[in-house]
Amino acid sequence: MAIAERTAGTVSPPSVSVRPGWAGWLSTTDHKRIGIMYLVSAFVFFLIGGIEALLMRIQLGVPDNTFLTPDVYNQMFTMHGTTMIFLGLMPLNVGLGNYMVPLMIGARDMAFPRLNALSVWLFIFGGLMLYVSFFVGGAPNVGWFAYAPLTQKQFAPTSGVDYWIIGIGLTGVASIAGALNFIVTILNMRAPGMTLNRMPLFVWMQLIVAFILIFAFPVLTVATIQLLFDRHFGTRFFLPNLGGDAVLWQHLFWFFGHPEVYILILPTMGIISEVLPTFSRKPIFGYAFVAYSGVAIGFLGFLVWAHHMFAVGLGPLANAFFGAASFLIAVPTGVKIFNWLATMWQGSLHLTTAMLYAISFIGMFVIGGISGITLASPPINVQQTDSYYVVAHMHYVLFGGAIQGIFAGIFYWFPKMTGRMLDERLGKWQFWLMLISFNLTFFPMHLSGNEGMPRRIYTYEADMGWNLWNLMSTIGSLLLAVAFLIFLWNVLTSIRRGPIAPADPWDGATLEWAVSSPPPVYNFAVTPRVRSRRPLWDEKYPHLHEVNGSHEAPVARKGLLRDGFERETPEAMEPIHLPSPTYAPLIVSVGIMILGFGIIYLGDFGLIAASAMLVGLLIMAAGILSWVRISHVDSPHHAHHGI
Amino acid sequence: MSESSMTRPHAAAAHHTSLGVDNRKLGVWAFIGSETLFFATLITTYFVFAPVNRMRPDFQDPRKFLDIELTTVLASILLASSLTMVLALSASKRGDRRWFATWLLATVGLGLAFIGGQVYEFNHLYHEGLTLSSSLFGTTFFVLTGFHGTHVAIGVIWLLAVFFKVRAYPDSPENAMDVEIAGLYWHFVDLVWVAIFVLVYLI
Repeated sequence: MAIAERTAGTVSPPSVSVRPGWAGWLSTTDHKRIGIMYLVSAFVFFLIGGIEALLMRIQLGVPDNTFLTPDVYNQMFTMHGTTMIFLGLMPLNVGLGNYMVPLMIGARDMAFPRLNALSVWLFIFGGLMLYVSFFVGGAPNVGWFAYAPLTQKQFAPTSGVDYWIIGIGLTGVASIAGALNFIVTILNMRAPGMTLNRMPLFVWMQLIVAFILIFAFPVLTVATIQLLFDRHFGTRFFLPNLGGDAVLWQHLFWFFGHPEVYILILPTMGIISEVLPTFSRKPIFGYAFVAYSGVAIGFLGFLVWAHHMFAVGLGPLANAFFGAASFLIAVPTGVKIFNWLATMWQGSLHLTTAMLYAISFIGMFVIGGISGITLASPPINVQQTDSYYVVAHMHYVLFGGAIQGIFAGIFYWFPKMTGRMLDERLGKWQFWLMLISFNLTFFPMHLSGNEGMPRRIYTYEADMGWNLWNLMSTIGSLLLAVAFLIFLWNVLTSIRRGPIAPADPWDGATLEWAVSSPPPVYNFAVTPRVRSRRPLWDEKYPHLHEVNGSHEAPVARKGLLRDGFERETPEAMEPIHLPSPTYAPLIVSVGIMILGFGIIYLGDFGLIAASAMLVGLLIMAAGILSWVRISHVDSPHHAHHGI
Repeated sequence: MSESSMTRPHAAAAHHTSLGVDNRKLGVWAFIGSETLFFATLITTYFVFAPVNRMRPDFQDPRKFLDIELTTVLASILLASSLTMVLALSASKRGDRRWFATWLLATVGLGLAFIGGQVYEFNHLYHEGLTLSSSLFGTTFFVLTGFHGTHVAIGVIWLLAVFFKVRAYPDSPENAMDVEIAGLYWHFVDLVWVAIFVLVYLI
């Protein structure tokens, strides 16, 4: 605990002008506040996406139901998929990363705090723009994959698809900007001694995801821009009747879309790689294998996109290649699973809620992984594609996997973020209810899919033999909603009345537990020194390295552990320099959003839309000017000369 | 990370980065990596449709429309602007304000000349009957070169922003890095033009 004591004892906190109340949030550049903004807004979108799913399940609960019209049903499954992926899972992961990565690597903030604020605002505005579509003629109704030529104007005449394009565009810019920030932060802002191979695995996975993001998202951006041009400016990229190519859309979309799956799952694999060792009271088994199998997954993820297109008929050679590459991904994924199991093996397990979610992640993810392997085989895939079997598969990996991993992370880090403990009893009720109702909802879909029930149908006839499975799924989904209500209640009550969280409630190994809960604005009064993969266990258990010596042998050989247990007194106090709060990122985002509205209507209302675009650009310019000014005032050189 | 960097006094922390590369420079490099995929997708689209264009009844032959002479001049202008950009950076590092301003404004001028040339070219092609909707060639050509032109325009605005910032704060030690990262982006946009010039105009 020496690091924490130093933090408390030796320096007076720096004077940071945090504006009070809402102004503080609107102008913040603090990675912790931005992380919370990501988490809260993503959770709101997540609940909305969940309500959309419930409406669909109610419609499908009994055959020949008329609860939703076919068109509304189409809007629901489009918005459910788009919301959960772009506005739910991704930003939940980004929020946890935003809060935890700088703390875990011993940094004071992200590398670009203002860009960080821009990312969160663009994400929020992108999400809101997507939802505006409900009020101006109808939400997009073409599926989250938006297959051509269904998205063309004659088939999708409302502006729903345009709002989808611009909304996705804004969150895409937010994601790329955020990914650049993570890359530079993780590569460049590590505390002394925190080599790449000593980084916490959550940080590793965030780094890999950031690289996947910057290479996958531009492809989606280009595809959606081409679609926008098709719809409004007379091009014919995806219009087969004029020589365009509907399959090209699928290639471009899935070149992005499959790496996107790893963007969603890898951070949660990072989360459970933190949670499992902490609550097994053992170091992670095979650290390097867990880290580098993540790299392998990220790389292979770019080579398998056409397994989403086996039904297109790309030919046996292409199908064989993409099938084989997809099978290959099972190898690094399996490596991780065995490492997690070996981490728990002979550990002294503490079955906290976070740990239960982490263990359950492994089980559910394996089920989703196995159905994934069956789908990687082209002949089986052709049988199963577009059926509920695929729905079951993807929900086992993205709900049983990603969502449960995120819950593990939330229960693990909530005390750090709020200074209060979540109620463990409620948490365990939520966990068991969620695990049971999740399986009740999604397991029958394997069976209805096998019996031929297609996806994306708004109803079915009573004599198809799918009634029981659908009724089970619907009951399960309603119970899932109860589990989420328990969580919501838990958060709302614990944040006010929960037991006060100590700095290190779980006996953690990583640096975020070295500072108070919640951490001070400046994170670390003195930049910590890192001598192993478990800096805090080194401090707390000086003899641990002897017990686990073999794991750390390479480090010891380099002599870095030589003076590892001396309590350091910090040398010269470093000046703590934090970015000033500023509204500039918010202003720029508002400008970009107005520009986006202009683009949507440029084809139909030229003059008005062009003026809106001009206004947007002017607001952007004003924001950028104020951005440049504040960044000059904030630059470290400037600060040195004493402001 | 070496032993010596671990014991470096913290006074240098403001400049210190784990990799020894400036944060913003690393960020721009990663951004350029992302932009590479952006243009790779546009260029791939162009090539996917080139043979389809030839088989269509509304086929428009790129060779008949594209003016190699004009584009060669434009390419030379953009390549020259990369040279002036390098000279601007070198002057900025020397602290030579007069030559820095000269070379940077020369870069801006060459960038504007390129954009002007492209506007002229687009206008000319439009009157020859090549539009976004006239053929697959029109569709792919305008979207690809148009997005490149947009990048040049953003580059010009970026360079002007750097120019005015340096003028407002002539003593800031950040100036050389401001120039360098704007230059990185500028060279990248040039390089994309080299690719487009070779792949679309010459081949």
